[in-house]
Amino acid sequence: MKKILCTILALSSAFSLVLTGCGSSGNDSNGEVIVYNWGEYLDPEVLTIFEEETGIKVVYDEFETNEVMYPKVEAGATAYDVICPSDYMIQKMIENDLLAEINFDNIPNIKNIGTQYMEQSKEFDPENKYSVPYCFGTVGILYNKTMVDGPIDSWSVLWDEKYADNILMQDSVRDAFMVALKLNGYSMNSLNKEELETAKDALIAQKPLVQAYVIDQVRDKMIGDEAAIGVIYSGEAIYTQRENENLEYVIPKEGTNVWIDSWVIPKNAPNKENAEKFINFMCREDIALMNFEYITYSTPNTAAQALIEDEEIKNSPIAFPDLSQYENLETFQYLGSEGDELYNNLWKEVKSE
Amino acid sequence: MNSMKKKLLGLPYYLWCVVFILIPLGMVFYYGLTDKSGAFTLENIVSITAPEHLKALFLALLLSVIATLLCLLLAYPLAMILCGMQVNQHSFIVFIFILPMWMNFLLRTLAWQTLLEKTGVINSILHFLHLPGLNIINTPYAIVLGMVYNFLPFMVLPIYNALSKIDDNVIQAARDLGANGLQVFLKITLPLSTPGIISGITMVFVPALTTFVISKLLGGSKVLLIGNVIEEEFTQASNWHLGSGLSIVLMIFILVNMILSAVFDKDGEGNFL
Repeated sequence: MKKILCTILALSSAFSLVLTGCGSSGNDSNGEVIVYNWGEYLDPEVLTIFEEETGIKVVYDEFETNEVMYPKVEAGATAYDVICPSDYMIQKMIENDLLAEINFDNIPNIKNIGTQYMEQSKEFDPENKYSVPYCFGTVGILYNKTMVDGPIDSWSVLWDEKYADNILMQDSVRDAFMVALKLNGYSMNSLNKEELETAKDALIAQKPLVQAYVIDQVRDKMIGDEAAIGVIYSGEAIYTQRENENLEYVIPKEGTNVWIDSWVIPKNAPNKENAEKFINFMCREDIALMNFEYITYSTPNTAAQALIEDEEIKNSPIAFPDLSQYENLETFQYLGSEGDELYNNLWKEVKSE
Repeated sequence: MNSMKKKLLGLPYYLWCVVFILIPLGMVFYYGLTDKSGAFTLENIVSITAPEHLKALFLALLLSVIATLLCLLLAYPLAMILCGMQVNQHSFIVFIFILPMWMNFLLRTLAWQTLLEKTGVINSILHFLHLPGLNIINTPYAIVLGMVYNFLPFMVLPIYNALSKIDDNVIQAARDLGANGLQVFLKITLPLSTPGIISGITMVFVPALTTFVISKLLGGSKVLLIGNVIEEEFTQASNWHLGSGLSIVLMIFILVNMILSAVFDKDGEGNFL
């Protein structure tokens, strides 16, 4: 027995060494570009086309949350060329001097990005110097029509005891507090102690009703009829509706988070020119369209929007909502390290309750 | 010459120890004992007394003790049955026990999620048979189940190893001298298998105490264990100092456990590797 186990252990460790050994061969003539993106956030086919057209090898890496991405970039142990963080995280990276200014002469396709999105980007990148919008959307409620009574239009449904054990909440600090703050009519960027305490108490009161705190799994659980109501990103909503026709997405009347994920280039990028080529490529209308159809997250690329063939998707209020009809829409702002700590401590109190 | 060669052969192992054990451990202590500006502080360690951290620690201790006891109760009879079998039979059973360990731990735990879910496999079968559903997903019960399932082999194998080393003659001698079955078990088998039990307890208790994956997947992130607190400090809050400080506190519990096992298992008999 001993021997068998030893052999197994030895073999498996040898095998993993071999695996890790073959990741470093990037001596193509045109170099490489190291991309750090959200999980399942582009059509893999797009990377192949990019490699064929430019001869630049793409090294692709993924992250699950902004918070996981940030320390890796800050530590600089892995030098990425292109990253796709969200609004408030871009602001944090700009403030901490982690981003390089993009040379827009190398990105002629920026003309495809709608001006309203460049305008909105100014909330976190005031001079549009550091970021190129890639996806945008809202956060809202996804519900199963067969499992709830009547139409839903308010965050308060997440506190309705009727739906105990049928509610899925987002397992990330800012998103969870956004819901509770908006429910009480406060700003989701609040740093007011009293407002945050109220939000915390609301989240604690809600906890017994929550089935689970999840991030990406909301999608699968809602498709599988596991829960009646879930807090979800608008981009996921279209995908879930394709898989389960009983699902409906709504932007609550109390207002919500309007977010943008944008391409940025970190200061320590080893291949800045390739990074700009990559961003320019991602802004090309046919490529943006491919990505949109694959990931179903709304594209700010107006040229690509015009190319969408399916009229239903083209006019979908989920993918391309008329935001002027909603009140109290906001974009997350970076709250400074003290603000982050305040939120994190309150969140821990909620979770340990 | 010969001893020189032996030392050279050990070199990769020493290198491994330094790079993957000593340096990371040193970094944990460095981060745990400093604050954001790099100055020495005990605050990260003292913060274990904050109510939310204490609660998470006690819950983790409680669940891992329960899981360890359940593992022991399940594993001991099983190990005895294994020992009573013929040689070719028992190696097959032991093989079956090790087989799931070849699969990724994360996948096995995710599989339990699919099994236990409200619309999952088990509930679908129960529903089909018109039996009441099983609602333990996202509760501490599911976490204990996940711990017992994942760590049971670590309890069975050392106990089995200790039991199989007991000389049959000793038991026969006890029988000859008039001991009944219960007496043989209490006076011979149990004391002689203690090293295996202690080793098994260590190997189940330590990973159960520090787990964060099982509680995240099967507890729906609703049940916060100390492992989850530490994980979130590193991934979400990017406060490596506090995360390291709490890890040091956790290390104390693990050390106590290991000292206990060293006291009871002096010859390393219970080690199954």
